Amino acid sequence: MTGNMSDRPRLQRRQAVAAILRDRGDTLVVTGLGSPTYDVHAAGDHDGNYYLWGAMGGAALVGLGLAQAQPGRPVLVITGDGEQLMAMGGLATIGVAKPRNLAIVVIDNQHFGETGMQASHTGHGIDLAAVAACCGFAQARTIRTPAELEELCAGLRAPADGPRLFVVKVEAANPPRSLPSRDAVHIKNRFRAGLGLLPS
Amino acid sequence: MSEREEPAGTEAGGEPWPSRLYRHLKHVGVRQMAFVPDAGHAALIDLFCADPDVSSNVLTTEEEGVAIAAGAWLGGRRSVLLMQSSGVGNCINMLSLPVIGRFPLLMLVTMRGEWAEFNPWQVPMGRGTQAALEAVGVRVMRADTAEDLVETVESAAALAFDADQQIAVLIGQRLLGRKKW
Repeated sequence: MTGNMSDRPRLQRRQAVAAILRDRGDTLVVTGLGSPTYDVHAAGDHDGNYYLWGAMGGAALVGLGLAQAQPGRPVLVITGDGEQLMAMGGLATIGVAKPRNLAIVVIDNQHFGETGMQASHTGHGIDLAAVAACCGFAQARTIRTPAELEELCAGLRAPADGPRLFVVKVEAANPPRSLPSRDAVHIKNRFRAGLGLLPS
Repeated sequence: MSEREEPAGTEAGGEPWPSRLYRHLKHVGVRQMAFVPDAGHAALIDLFCADPDVSSNVLTTEEEGVAIAAGAWLGGRRSVLLMQSSGVGNCINMLSLPVIGRFPLLMLVTMRGEWAEFNPWQVPMGRGTQAALEAVGVRVMRADTAEDLVETVESAAALAFDADQQIAVLIGQRLLGRKKW
């Protein structure tokens, strides 16, 4: 399979994530482990961010639970191709649950960047947007150009008929790490406090 | 495949344990439920799925439910996760999230492979269920009678939601009754 599109210029992950979060409003954000966690932190730490440092395959499902608990808030999961590939079944679960306030952005560098840049399935042509479409997502698209990225950013906060998934193809590069707190309890309590919820 | 004899804990005229658990979990504010089905959970699953005030999620694998429960708590909701013992093995790394984040977690696990089990494939994970949960940091409670189960789940719910603990209640296969084939 020839899915690597290596002859085309790729978006840069840090700029893409910063653009996606630029006008986040009251969006709640969950990040997948590795580079997406660093990308979101680099775009600006925020009480409404929950950073995963592990639990691979969990980001989109944390997003589902959060979206169901907070139906009035937009929930955005920002994760990587490797992390989402581990949760392909989760796309079926989300497709059945049909939360209207959940969007998943897969920052797809087609590699496992944290562990030495081994090629992932998406680099071999596996199409996560097509998987999401088959799972009944209301929108599922692959973003490759700055114009498509701008269009995505403009539409992200618009009302949706169901869950959405966007694959953002980016260059396989490891920008300097931008590390949020690894204290999962602190980040949890900060996140909940931002919603007016007390620590138990 | 899903047929079982009447649960051993259902006394004539008494309220069966699934509806007692459902009432208690509703009473303590559970608003989300996630499950991979087991015949032993069938009645409880039906009660939750029929409840418009509860978001019920059918899962492709049990670990999804661990992540959903954490997300629900981030958003202010209490949840319960239903599975059979074979599903515990699917959850282990995902349990890092509630354990290290001290997220309340209440899992109700119907046991296979331990009492009048006819399917040898259920035996290894049934034997390893408690050890696997404890190895990753989840506290295990267990009940083998209907009366004890209701009290155990009441206690487990308090530990989970009030004391931020990660609790699995193992529901003994003897309580569930012999599976009919």
